[in-house]
Amino acid sequence: MTNHHRSEISLHVNGVTHRLGVDNRTTLLDTLRENLGHTGPKKGCDHGQCGACTVLLDGRRVVSCLTLAVAAEGAEVTTVEGLAGDGELLPLQQAFIRFDGFQCGYCTSGQLCSAVGMLAEHAAGWPSSVTADVSPDGPTPVLDAAEVRERMSGNLCRCGAYPSIVRAVLETEAAG
Amino acid sequence: MKEFAYQRAADIRDALIAGGGGARYLAGGTNLVDLMKEGVEAPTRLIDVRRLPLDGISEAADGALVIGATTTNSDLAAHPEVRRRYPALSQAVLAGASGQLRNMATVGGNLLQRTRCAYFAAQECNKRVPGTGCPAIAGAHHNHAILGWTRSCVATHASDMAVALTAFDAIVRYETLDGAGEIPLSEFYPPVGDTPHVETALPPGALITAVVLPGAAASPRSRYRKVRERASYAFATVSIAAAFTEGSVRIALGGVASRPWRCRTAEAFLLDSPGSFRAAAEAELSAAEPLPGNGYKVTLARNLIETVLKELQP
Repeated sequence: MTNHHRSEISLHVNGVTHRLGVDNRTTLLDTLRENLGHTGPKKGCDHGQCGACTVLLDGRRVVSCLTLAVAAEGAEVTTVEGLAGDGELLPLQQAFIRFDGFQCGYCTSGQLCSAVGMLAEHAAGWPSSVTADVSPDGPTPVLDAAEVRERMSGNLCRCGAYPSIVRAVLETEAAG
Repeated sequence: MKEFAYQRAADIRDALIAGGGGARYLAGGTNLVDLMKEGVEAPTRLIDVRRLPLDGISEAADGALVIGATTTNSDLAAHPEVRRRYPALSQAVLAGASGQLRNMATVGGNLLQRTRCAYFAAQECNKRVPGTGCPAIAGAHHNHAILGWTRSCVATHASDMAVALTAFDAIVRYETLDGAGEIPLSEFYPPVGDTPHVETALPPGALITAVVLPGAAASPRSRYRKVRERASYAFATVSIAAAFTEGSVRIALGGVASRPWRCRTAEAFLLDSPGSFRAAAEAELSAAEPLPGNGYKVTLARNLIETVLKELQP
């Protein structure tokens, strides 16, 4: 007899397809960490309030703690483990090291995935809540410290490494 | 979390057949999944409508902008025509949640999100189980309603988007197995009365398919401003959407009532006395009934109306 509370799914994570059975209640975060060994995404609040579990879903940043694994079937999931290609760290990751964009490191994987998504959003011309004029006919908002802080406000750092995180993101943006 | 069956809807009809009863439609899940974790929501079936072809924004022949129900908050806020013609809507969406949540959340889901009253999340109350009382009225209510509330419930509606949509006279389109329907957003959220658990005017099992922004409401001279307890990523204490259109001004407040509060009294006042922003705000807020802990919202709302209209006036 079929168990309607479980599903057989395919998850595409960092370019690899996994077949697995999950309880429908399982979040993408728990599946990544407990079933697939991707412990980069961290469980901070488990309620979408801290951003430590941020991953990219089809290139867009989302919180994996409020994403059900069954609902992520068919999407391309990128965790912090998948950001660097061939062991070469992204300029963003190198900037986090150079500017000391962390202390305990618990929020870092979420900060990195979020920043990758955020930079793509900015490059696509998306305004933010601190953008003075949201009109599409004006100049593209310059990514300054205020813009970075607003756009990254979904990622908390309880060590308070924000100044270094903002600097690392700005340096990455400036280096193009 | 209680166990549930999950299915992806193949099309709208498939979703409607599976909907109703103990089922819930799942789109972004940012509120629903969280409430399921808390035990506030316990659906027996989740009908995933996220991949239905209900996303995208298009212009109707009459100049209206039709926003598909599964359009993400991010895509809505970034859309050129929204930013050009309804900038207050773009600003309202951008003022809500975080970048991650806006990428997940959808327009239809946003309208159906539940209150963030801490008592509602933590225990039984009239909104969850009728007849169990409202702990907030005698409790911690500094973030609660000042307008339109009753002894049954003093919770506020959490959406920023819906405040701007209310100012622009948006219309909600839905489908049921009996056919399609429309509800103006001004009638979408019924008055609290003694039924705070009845949160929308949607028929049972209905699926929101789109939100329509009337072309006549377009206002490049519109703005959303949100006051909150930290600079970003927090719910409103009080917020305002204001728009000047040909011969009229539109005002809606957030964070003050169980629904976005359209300021019809202030709007009518300004038709008779253009420019009398403070007096109009005071006329609107003469109906306010603050509790001991949230009287600050009356002052805040009055000042927001006056300041934003002054800045925005042609």
